[in-house]
Amino acid sequence: MLTCSQLGRTLLPPESRVLLADINFTIERGEVLAVVGPSGSGKSTLLRLLNRLDESTDGKVLLNGVDTRTLAPHELRHRVGMVMQRAYLFPGTVAENIAFGPQQCNQTLSPEEVGCHLAQVGLPGYASRNALTLSGGEAQRTAIARALANQPEVLLLDEPTAALDETARRGIETLLESLIRQRHLTCVWVTHSIEQARTMADKVLAIESGRVSAFGSAAEVLGA
Amino acid sequence: MLNYFFHSQLSLGIAECVVAGLLAFTVMFLARHRAPGLLRELPLAEFRGLVQIVAVGTVLAFMLRGPQWTSLFVLAAMMLAAASIVRKRARLIPRAFQLALISICVGAGAVLIIMIFFGVIPLKITMLVPVGSMVIANTMNTQSLFLDRLRGEVTSHIGEIESALALGATSEAAVLPYLRAAFRACLIPSMDNIRSLGIVWIPGIMAGMILSGASPLFAALYQFVVLTTIFSSAALTCYVSSHLVTRRIFTPQDQLLLRA
Repeated sequence: MLTCSQLGRTLLPPESRVLLADINFTIERGEVLAVVGPSGSGKSTLLRLLNRLDESTDGKVLLNGVDTRTLAPHELRHRVGMVMQRAYLFPGTVAENIAFGPQQCNQTLSPEEVGCHLAQVGLPGYASRNALTLSGGEAQRTAIARALANQPEVLLLDEPTAALDETARRGIETLLESLIRQRHLTCVWVTHSIEQARTMADKVLAIESGRVSAFGSAAEVLGA
Repeated sequence: MLNYFFHSQLSLGIAECVVAGLLAFTVMFLARHRAPGLLRELPLAEFRGLVQIVAVGTVLAFMLRGPQWTSLFVLAAMMLAAASIVRKRARLIPRAFQLALISICVGAGAVLIIMIFFGVIPLKITMLVPVGSMVIANTMNTQSLFLDRLRGEVTSHIGEIESALALGATSEAAVLPYLRAAFRACLIPSMDNIRSLGIVWIPGIMAGMILSGASPLFAALYQFVVLTTIFSSAALTCYVSSHLVTRRIFTPQDQLLLRA
Protein backbone atom coordinates (compact mmCIF):
# COMPACT_ATOMS: atom_id res chain seq x y z
CA MET A 1 0.00 0.00 0.00
CA LEU A 2 1.28 3.46 -0.92
CA THR A 3 -0.05 6.56 0.82
CA CYS A 4 0.71 10.23 0.29
CA SER A 5 -0.29 12.55 3.08
CA GLN A 6 -0.23 16.33 2.65
CA LEU A 7 2.77 15.82 0.37
CA GLY A 8 4.39 18.95 -1.05
CA ARG A 9 7.60 20.45 -2.31
CA THR A 10 8.54 24.12 -2.29
CA LEU A 11 11.84 25.32 -3.71
CA LEU A 12 14.20 27.03 -1.30
CA PRO A 13 14.64 30.83 -1.43
CA PRO A 14 15.34 32.84 -3.53
CA GLU A 15 13.01 30.89 -5.88
CA SER A 16 10.53 29.88 -3.16
CA ARG A 17 8.23 28.39 -5.80
CA VAL A 18 5.59 25.84 -4.82
CA LEU A 19 6.03 22.84 -7.12
CA LEU A 20 3.54 20.57 -5.42
CA ALA A 21 1.20 21.05 -2.46
CA ASP A 22 -1.24 19.08 -0.40
CA ILE A 23 -1.17 15.80 -2.33
CA ASN A 24 -3.23 13.06 -0.67
CA PHE A 25 -3.99 9.60 -1.99
CA THR A 26 -3.80 5.94 -1.11
CA ILE A 27 -3.40 3.05 -3.52
CA GLU A 28 -3.70 -0.57 -2.49
CA ARG A 29 -1.39 -3.37 -3.53
CA GLY A 30 -1.91 -4.22 -7.20
CA GLU A 31 -3.70 -0.98 -8.04
CA VAL A 32 -2.67 1.34 -10.84
CA LEU A 33 -2.85 5.08 -10.26
CA ALA A 34 -2.66 7.27 -13.35
CA VAL A 35 -1.40 10.80 -12.76
CA VAL A 36 -2.66 13.20 -15.42
CA GLY A 37 -2.34 16.92 -15.97
CA PRO A 38 -0.79 19.53 -18.25
CA SER A 39 2.98 19.88 -18.75
CA GLY A 40 4.68 21.52 -15.79
CA SER A 41 1.82 20.71 -13.43
CA GLY A 42 4.05 18.67 -11.11
CA LYS A 43 3.40 15.07 -12.25
CA SER A 44 7.06 14.10 -12.55
CA THR A 45 7.89 15.97 -9.34
CA LEU A 46 5.34 13.77 -7.55
CA LEU A 47 7.06 10.60 -8.80
CA ARG A 48 10.46 11.94 -7.73
CA LEU A 49 9.12 12.56 -4.24
CA LEU A 50 7.77 9.00 -4.07
CA ASN A 51 11.25 7.47 -4.47
CA ARG A 52 13.07 10.44 -2.91
CA LEU A 53 15.03 11.49 -5.96
CA ASP A 54 13.84 14.86 -4.66
CA GLU A 55 13.06 15.71 -1.06
CA SER A 56 9.57 16.71 0.03
CA THR A 57 9.26 19.86 2.11
CA ASP A 58 5.80 19.00 3.47
CA GLY A 59 3.86 15.89 4.33
CA LYS A 60 4.99 12.31 4.04
CA VAL A 61 4.89 9.15 1.95
CA LEU A 62 4.01 5.84 3.59
CA LEU A 63 5.03 2.53 2.04
CA ASN A 64 3.03 -0.25 3.70
CA GLY A 65 2.46 2.12 6.62
CA VAL A 66 6.17 3.00 7.05
CA ASP A 67 7.33 6.59 6.54
CA THR A 68 9.76 6.41 3.60
CA ARG A 69 12.03 8.96 5.28
CA THR A 70 12.90 6.30 7.85
CA LEU A 71 14.21 4.00 5.12
CA ALA A 72 17.70 4.25 3.64
CA PRO A 73 17.33 5.90 0.20
CA HIS A 74 18.89 2.96 -1.66
CA GLU A 75 16.59 0.51 0.14
CA LEU A 76 13.53 2.63 -0.69
CA ARG A 77 14.53 2.87 -4.36
CA HIS A 78 15.10 -0.84 -4.50
CA ARG A 79 11.52 -1.34 -3.34
CA VAL A 80 10.04 1.49 -5.41
CA GLY A 81 11.29 1.08 -8.99
CA MET A 82 11.14 3.75 -11.66
CA VAL A 83 11.05 3.86 -15.44
CA MET A 84 11.81 7.27 -16.89
CA GLN A 85 10.75 8.92 -20.16
CA ARG A 86 14.06 7.98 -21.73
CA ALA A 87 15.75 4.64 -21.04
CA TYR A 88 19.18 6.03 -19.99
CA LEU A 89 20.89 2.67 -20.37
CA PHE A 90 24.43 2.31 -19.05
CA PRO A 91 27.36 1.51 -21.36
CA GLY A 92 27.85 -2.26 -21.57
CA THR A 93 25.68 -5.21 -22.48
CA VAL A 94 21.94 -5.52 -21.98
CA ALA A 95 22.66 -8.26 -19.39
CA GLU A 96 24.88 -5.86 -17.39
CA ASN A 97 22.07 -3.32 -17.39
CA ILE A 98 19.56 -5.89 -16.13
CA ALA A 99 21.95 -7.05 -13.41
CA PHE A 100 22.75 -3.50 -12.21
CA GLY A 101 19.96 -3.13 -9.63
CA PRO A 102 20.38 -6.49 -7.89
CA GLN A 103 24.17 -5.91 -7.88
CA GLN A 104 23.66 -2.82 -5.73
CA CYS A 105 22.48 -5.05 -2.90
CA ASN A 106 25.12 -7.69 -3.59
CA GLN A 107 22.86 -10.07 -5.50
CA THR A 108 24.09 -11.71 -8.66
CA LEU A 109 21.64 -12.64 -11.38
CA SER A 110 22.36 -15.89 -13.20
CA PRO A 111 22.34 -15.82 -17.02
CA GLU A 112 19.05 -17.78 -16.84
CA GLU A 113 17.47 -15.12 -14.60
CA VAL A 114 18.66 -12.36 -16.94
CA GLY A 115 17.23 -14.34 -19.89
CA CYS A 116 13.93 -14.71 -18.03
CA HIS A 117 13.69 -10.94 -17.38
CA LEU A 118 14.45 -10.22 -21.03
CA ALA A 119 11.92 -12.78 -22.27
CA GLN A 120 9.26 -11.07 -20.14
CA VAL A 121 9.78 -7.81 -22.00
CA GLY A 122 9.93 -9.46 -25.41
CA LEU A 123 13.70 -9.32 -25.87
CA PRO A 124 14.83 -12.96 -25.72
CA GLY A 125 18.43 -13.44 -26.84
CA TYR A 126 19.36 -9.79 -26.28
CA ALA A 127 21.59 -10.40 -23.22
CA SER A 128 24.93 -9.95 -24.97
CA ARG A 129 23.82 -7.03 -27.18
CA ASN A 130 25.46 -3.62 -26.67
CA ALA A 131 22.86 -1.61 -24.74
CA LEU A 132 23.77 1.64 -26.48
CA THR A 133 22.95 0.29 -29.96
CA LEU A 134 19.31 -0.62 -29.21
CA SER A 135 16.37 1.14 -30.85
CA GLY A 136 14.19 3.45 -28.71
CA GLY A 137 11.54 0.78 -28.14
CA GLU A 138 14.11 -1.94 -27.34
CA ALA A 139 15.95 0.40 -24.98
CA GLN A 140 12.73 1.21 -23.11
CA ARG A 141 11.88 -2.51 -22.85
CA THR A 142 15.35 -3.05 -21.39
CA ALA A 143 14.78 -0.19 -18.93
CA ILE A 144 11.50 -1.84 -17.84
CA ALA A 145 13.22 -5.22 -17.38
CA ARG A 146 16.05 -3.46 -15.49
CA ALA A 147 13.57 -1.86 -13.09
CA LEU A 148 11.64 -5.12 -12.62
CA ALA A 149 14.85 -7.09 -11.92
CA ASN A 150 14.83 -5.48 -8.46
CA GLN A 151 11.40 -7.10 -7.82
CA PRO A 152 9.96 -3.73 -6.71
CA GLU A 153 6.80 -3.48 -4.61
CA VAL A 154 5.79 -0.31 -6.46
CA LEU A 155 6.65 0.72 -10.01
CA LEU A 156 6.76 4.41 -10.98
CA LEU A 157 6.31 5.08 -14.68
CA ASP A 158 7.20 8.59 -15.83
CA GLU A 159 5.61 8.83 -19.29
CA PRO A 160 7.52 5.76 -20.47
CA THR A 161 6.11 6.01 -23.99
CA ALA A 162 6.47 9.78 -24.49
CA ALA A 163 9.80 9.60 -26.34
CA LEU A 164 8.78 6.74 -28.65
CA ASP A 165 7.23 6.56 -32.09
CA GLU A 166 3.68 5.28 -32.53
CA THR A 167 4.59 1.61 -33.15
CA ALA A 168 7.04 1.41 -30.25
CA ARG A 169 4.54 3.27 -28.02
CA ARG A 170 1.80 0.73 -28.71
CA GLY A 171 4.25 -2.13 -28.09
CA ILE A 172 5.38 -0.73 -24.72
CA GLU A 173 1.78 -0.02 -23.66
CA THR A 174 0.76 -3.59 -24.43
CA LEU A 175 3.82 -4.91 -22.63
CA LEU A 176 3.21 -2.82 -19.51
CA GLU A 177 -0.46 -3.74 -19.50
CA SER A 178 0.34 -7.47 -19.51
CA LEU A 179 3.18 -7.12 -16.97
CA ILE A 180 0.99 -5.13 -14.58
CA ARG A 181 -1.82 -7.69 -14.82
CA GLN A 182 0.44 -10.78 -14.66
CA ARG A 183 2.58 -9.55 -11.78
CA HIS A 184 -0.18 -7.69 -9.97
CA LEU A 185 2.09 -4.63 -9.84
CA THR A 186 1.29 -1.52 -7.83
CA CYS A 187 1.92 1.35 -10.22
CA VAL A 188 1.93 5.11 -10.33
CA TRP A 189 1.82 5.97 -14.03
CA VAL A 190 2.33 9.54 -15.18
CA THR A 191 0.73 10.00 -18.57
CA HIS A 192 -0.46 12.65 -20.96
CA SER A 193 -2.84 10.25 -22.61
CA ILE A 194 -6.37 10.21 -21.23
CA GLU A 195 -6.97 7.04 -23.22
CA GLN A 196 -3.96 5.35 -21.61
CA ALA A 197 -5.20 6.41 -18.17
CA ARG A 198 -8.72 5.15 -18.89
CA THR A 199 -7.44 1.76 -20.11
CA MET A 200 -4.80 1.12 -17.50
CA ALA A 201 -5.75 2.85 -14.27
CA ASP A 202 -7.87 1.83 -11.31
CA LYS A 203 -7.59 5.36 -9.92
CA VAL A 204 -6.77 8.69 -11.48
CA LEU A 205 -5.12 11.70 -9.86
CA ALA A 206 -5.46 14.91 -11.86
CA ILE A 207 -2.96 17.66 -11.01
CA GLU A 208 -3.02 21.30 -12.06
CA SER A 209 -0.41 23.85 -11.01
CA GLY A 210 0.94 21.51 -8.36
CA ARG A 211 -2.41 20.83 -6.69
CA VAL A 212 -4.90 17.99 -6.94
CA SER A 213 -7.83 18.96 -9.14
CA ALA A 214 -9.53 15.55 -9.00
CA PHE A 215 -8.98 12.12 -7.50
CA GLY A 216 -11.10 9.03 -7.82
CA SER A 217 -11.79 6.05 -10.01
CA ALA A 218 -10.99 6.39 -13.72
CA ALA A 219 -14.71 6.61 -14.49
CA GLU A 220 -15.29 9.33 -11.86
CA VAL A 221 -12.37 11.54 -12.94
CA LEU A 222 -12.30 10.96 -16.69
CA GLY A 223 -15.95 10.15 -17.31
CA ALA A 224 -17.20 7.10 -19.14
CA MET B 1 66.81 42.94 -30.39
CA LEU B 2 65.54 44.17 -27.05
CA ASN B 3 69.15 44.24 -25.73
CA TYR B 4 69.81 46.95 -28.28
CA PHE B 5 67.23 49.30 -26.74
CA PHE B 6 67.36 48.29 -23.07
CA HIS B 7 70.66 48.10 -21.27
CA SER B 8 69.83 47.58 -17.59
CA GLN B 9 68.65 44.11 -16.42
CA LEU B 10 65.42 45.55 -14.94
CA SER B 11 64.34 47.54 -18.01
CA LEU B 12 65.21 44.58 -20.26
CA GLY B 13 63.14 42.26 -18.04
CA ILE B 14 60.13 44.62 -18.16
CA ALA B 15 60.40 44.90 -21.95
CA GLU B 16 60.53 41.09 -22.25
CA CYS B 17 57.41 40.84 -20.08
CA VAL B 18 55.57 43.31 -22.33
CA VAL B 19 56.52 41.34 -25.47
CA ALA B 20 55.48 37.99 -23.92
CA GLY B 21 52.21 39.47 -22.59
CA LEU B 22 51.34 41.06 -25.94
CA LEU B 23 52.09 37.82 -27.75
CA ALA B 24 49.65 35.90 -25.52
CA PHE B 25 47.03 38.62 -26.00
CA THR B 26 47.48 38.58 -29.78
CA VAL B 27 47.03 34.81 -29.91
CA MET B 28 43.87 35.00 -27.82
CA PHE B 29 42.63 37.91 -29.97
CA LEU B 30 43.03 35.73 -33.08
CA ALA B 31 41.13 32.95 -31.29
CA ARG B 32 38.53 35.31 -29.76
CA HIS B 33 35.58 33.63 -31.49
CA ARG B 34 36.45 30.34 -29.84
CA ALA B 35 36.58 31.68 -26.28
CA PRO B 36 35.58 35.36 -26.01
CA GLY B 37 35.51 35.18 -22.19
CA LEU B 38 39.18 34.19 -22.03
CA LEU B 39 40.23 37.23 -24.07
CA ARG B 40 38.64 39.48 -21.45
CA GLU B 41 40.20 37.46 -18.62
CA LEU B 42 43.71 37.41 -20.07
CA PRO B 43 44.95 41.02 -19.42
CA LEU B 44 43.89 40.84 -15.78
CA ALA B 45 45.36 37.34 -15.40
CA GLU B 46 48.65 38.51 -16.93
CA PHE B 47 48.80 41.63 -14.77
CA ARG B 48 47.93 39.63 -11.68
CA GLY B 49 50.50 36.92 -12.45
CA LEU B 50 53.22 39.53 -13.07
CA VAL B 51 52.52 41.43 -9.86
CA GLN B 52 52.41 38.18 -7.89
CA ILE B 53 55.65 36.76 -9.27
CA VAL B 54 57.47 40.08 -8.73
CA ALA B 55 56.12 40.19 -5.17
CA VAL B 56 57.29 36.63 -4.54
CA GLY B 57 60.72 37.47 -5.97
CA THR B 58 60.94 40.41 -3.58
CA VAL B 59 59.77 38.31 -0.62
CA LEU B 60 62.25 35.55 -1.52
CA ALA B 61 65.10 38.05 -1.67
CA PHE B 62 64.06 39.24 1.80
CA MET B 63 63.60 35.70 3.19
CA LEU B 64 66.98 34.48 2.03
CA ARG B 65 68.38 36.52 4.88
CA GLY B 66 66.00 34.98 7.47
CA PRO B 67 65.51 31.48 9.05
CA GLN B 68 64.69 28.49 6.82
CA TRP B 69 61.33 27.66 8.44
CA THR B 70 59.77 30.85 7.09
CA SER B 71 59.48 29.03 3.74
CA LEU B 72 56.67 26.93 5.26
CA PHE B 73 54.55 30.08 5.60
CA VAL B 74 55.15 30.90 1.95
CA LEU B 75 54.03 27.39 0.92
CA ALA B 76 50.95 27.63 3.20
CA ALA B 77 50.03 30.96 1.59
CA MET B 78 50.48 29.40 -1.85
CA MET B 79 48.14 26.55 -0.92
CA LEU B 80 45.49 29.04 0.25
CA ALA B 81 45.81 31.02 -2.98
CA ALA B 82 45.69 27.82 -5.07
CA ALA B 83 42.51 26.67 -3.28
CA SER B 84 40.94 30.07 -3.92
CA ILE B 85 41.72 29.82 -7.65
CA VAL B 86 40.32 26.26 -7.84
CA ARG B 87 37.13 27.48 -6.13
CA LYS B 88 36.55 29.99 -8.92
CA ARG B 89 36.83 27.26 -11.56
CA ALA B 90 34.54 24.95 -9.59
CA ARG B 91 31.92 27.52 -8.64
CA LEU B 92 28.98 25.16 -9.06
CA ILE B 93 30.35 22.64 -6.58
CA PRO B 94 29.19 23.50 -3.06
CA ARG B 95 31.96 24.32 -0.55
CA ALA B 96 34.58 24.07 -3.30
CA PHE B 97 37.17 26.18 -1.42
CA GLN B 98 37.18 23.83 1.55
CA LEU B 99 37.32 20.83 -0.80
CA ALA B 100 40.24 22.32 -2.76
CA LEU B 101 42.17 23.38 0.34
CA ILE B 102 41.91 19.99 2.04
CA SER B 103 42.86 18.17 -1.17
CA ILE B 104 45.84 20.44 -1.91
CA CYS B 105 47.08 20.35 1.70
CA VAL B 106 46.90 16.55 1.76
CA GLY B 107 48.13 15.99 -1.81
CA ALA B 108 50.92 18.55 -2.08
CA GLY B 109 51.67 18.57 1.67
CA ALA B 110 52.10 14.81 2.03
CA VAL B 111 54.27 14.46 -1.07
CA LEU B 112 56.48 17.42 -0.07
CA ILE B 113 56.91 16.06 3.47
CA ILE B 114 57.90 12.62 2.13
CA MET B 115 60.40 14.13 -0.29
CA ILE B 116 61.85 16.38 2.42
CA PHE B 117 62.03 13.39 4.80
CA PHE B 118 64.10 11.42 2.28
CA GLY B 119 66.24 14.48 1.62
CA VAL B 120 65.22 14.61 -2.04
CA ILE B 121 64.08 18.19 -1.58
CA PRO B 122 66.53 19.99 0.75
CA LEU B 123 64.96 22.06 3.51
CA LYS B 124 66.40 25.27 2.07
CA ILE B 125 64.37 28.27 1.04
CA THR B 126 66.12 28.39 -2.33
CA MET B 127 64.96 24.82 -3.11
CA LEU B 128 61.82 24.35 -1.07
CA VAL B 129 59.96 27.44 -2.26
CA PRO B 130 60.56 27.04 -6.02
CA VAL B 131 60.02 23.24 -6.05
CA GLY B 132 57.12 23.50 -3.59
CA SER B 133 55.50 26.19 -5.72
CA MET B 134 55.78 23.99 -8.82
CA VAL B 135 54.17 21.11 -6.97
CA ILE B 136 51.35 23.30 -5.60
CA ALA B 137 50.74 25.02 -8.94
CA ASN B 138 50.44 21.68 -10.70
CA THR B 139 48.07 20.28 -8.06
CA MET B 140 46.00 23.42 -8.52
CA ASN B 141 45.84 23.02 -12.30
CA THR B 142 45.12 19.31 -12.11
CA GLN B 143 42.41 19.80 -9.52
CA SER B 144 40.77 22.58 -11.55
CA LEU B 145 40.78 20.25 -14.56
CA PHE B 146 39.38 17.40 -12.46
CA LEU B 147 36.52 19.40 -10.96
CA ASP B 148 35.68 21.11 -14.25
CA ARG B 149 35.64 17.80 -16.12
CA LEU B 150 33.60 16.17 -13.36
CA ARG B 151 31.04 18.98 -13.50
CA GLY B 152 30.77 18.50 -17.27
CA GLU B 153 30.48 14.72 -16.99
CA VAL B 154 27.82 14.90 -14.27
CA THR B 155 25.69 17.60 -15.85
CA SER B 156 25.68 15.80 -19.19
CA HIS B 157 24.77 12.44 -17.60
CA ILE B 158 22.08 13.49 -15.12
CA GLY B 159 19.64 10.95 -16.59
CA GLU B 160 22.08 8.05 -16.25
CA ILE B 161 23.07 9.06 -12.70
CA GLU B 162 19.46 9.39 -11.56
CA SER B 163 18.59 6.09 -13.28
CA ALA B 164 21.35 4.42 -11.26
CA LEU B 165 20.07 6.07 -8.06
CA ALA B 166 16.51 4.99 -8.90
CA LEU B 167 17.76 1.40 -9.19
CA GLY B 168 19.10 1.50 -5.64
CA ALA B 169 22.69 2.60 -6.28
CA THR B 170 24.40 4.77 -3.68
CA SER B 171 25.62 8.18 -4.85
CA GLU B 172 29.22 6.85 -4.84
CA ALA B 173 28.26 4.00 -7.18
CA ALA B 174 26.11 6.22 -9.41
CA VAL B 175 28.85 8.81 -9.98
CA LEU B 176 31.79 6.36 -10.18
CA PRO B 177 32.03 6.13 -14.01
CA TYR B 178 32.14 9.95 -14.24
CA LEU B 179 34.67 10.28 -11.41
CA ARG B 180 36.87 7.79 -13.25
CA ALA B 181 36.58 9.70 -16.53
CA ALA B 182 37.43 13.01 -14.83
CA PHE B 183 40.31 11.50 -12.86
CA ARG B 184 41.85 9.97 -15.96
CA ALA B 185 41.41 13.13 -18.05
CA CYS B 186 42.95 15.47 -15.48
CA LEU B 187 46.12 13.38 -15.15
CA ILE B 188 46.75 13.09 -18.89
CA PRO B 189 48.82 16.36 -19.09
CA SER B 190 51.05 15.36 -16.14
CA MET B 191 51.45 11.85 -17.54
CA ASP B 192 52.33 13.25 -20.97
CA ASN B 193 54.89 15.57 -19.35
CA ILE B 194 56.70 12.57 -17.89
CA ARG B 195 56.34 10.58 -21.11
CA SER B 196 57.72 13.38 -23.30
CA LEU B 197 60.52 14.36 -20.91
CA GLY B 198 63.73 15.01 -22.80
CA ILE B 199 62.18 14.26 -26.19
CA VAL B 200 59.65 17.07 -26.54
CA TRP B 201 60.84 19.40 -23.81
CA ILE B 202 63.71 20.09 -21.44
CA PRO B 203 62.06 21.70 -18.43
CA GLY B 204 63.28 24.82 -16.64
CA ILE B 205 64.85 23.20 -13.58
CA MET B 206 67.20 21.08 -15.68
CA ALA B 207 68.12 24.01 -17.89
CA GLY B 208 68.70 26.19 -14.80
CA MET B 209 70.84 23.57 -13.08
CA ILE B 210 73.02 23.08 -16.17
CA LEU B 211 73.38 26.86 -16.55
CA SER B 212 74.48 27.12 -12.91
CA GLY B 213 77.17 24.49 -13.41
CA ALA B 214 75.57 21.20 -12.25
CA SER B 215 76.37 17.98 -14.07
CA PRO B 216 73.85 17.49 -16.92
CA LEU B 217 73.30 13.87 -15.82
CA PHE B 218 72.45 14.88 -12.24
CA ALA B 219 70.28 17.71 -13.59
CA ALA B 220 68.42 15.20 -15.78
CA LEU B 221 67.84 12.80 -12.88
CA TYR B 222 66.67 15.62 -10.65
CA GLN B 223 64.30 16.86 -13.31
CA PHE B 224 62.73 13.40 -13.43
CA VAL B 225 62.41 13.48 -9.64
CA VAL B 226 60.66 16.85 -9.77
CA LEU B 227 58.22 15.79 -12.49
CA THR B 228 57.28 12.53 -10.81
CA THR B 229 56.87 14.40 -7.52
CA ILE B 230 54.54 16.79 -9.30
CA PHE B 231 52.63 13.86 -10.78
CA SER B 232 52.32 12.12 -7.39
CA SER B 233 51.03 15.24 -5.66
CA ALA B 234 48.58 16.01 -8.48
CA ALA B 235 47.26 12.44 -8.45
CA LEU B 236 46.99 12.35 -4.65
CA THR B 237 45.21 15.72 -4.61
CA CYS B 238 42.65 14.53 -7.16
CA TYR B 239 42.27 11.22 -5.35
CA VAL B 240 41.43 13.04 -2.11
CA SER B 241 39.20 15.42 -4.06
CA SER B 242 37.36 12.53 -5.69
CA HIS B 243 36.47 11.17 -2.25
CA LEU B 244 35.36 14.53 -0.87
CA VAL B 245 33.42 15.74 -3.89
CA THR B 246 30.65 13.11 -3.85
CA ARG B 247 29.25 14.41 -0.55
CA ARG B 248 29.18 17.89 -2.03
CA ILE B 249 27.28 17.10 -5.22
CA PHE B 250 24.75 14.78 -3.56
CA THR B 251 22.60 15.28 -0.48
CA PRO B 252 22.91 12.78 2.39
CA GLN B 253 19.75 11.19 0.91
CA ASP B 254 21.62 10.46 -2.34
CA GLN B 255 19.85 13.19 -4.32
CA LEU B 256 21.83 14.89 -7.07
CA LEU B 257 22.50 18.59 -6.37
CA LEU B 258 24.74 19.49 -9.30
CA ARG B 259 22.42 20.29 -12.21
CA ALA B 260 23.83 23.09 -14.36
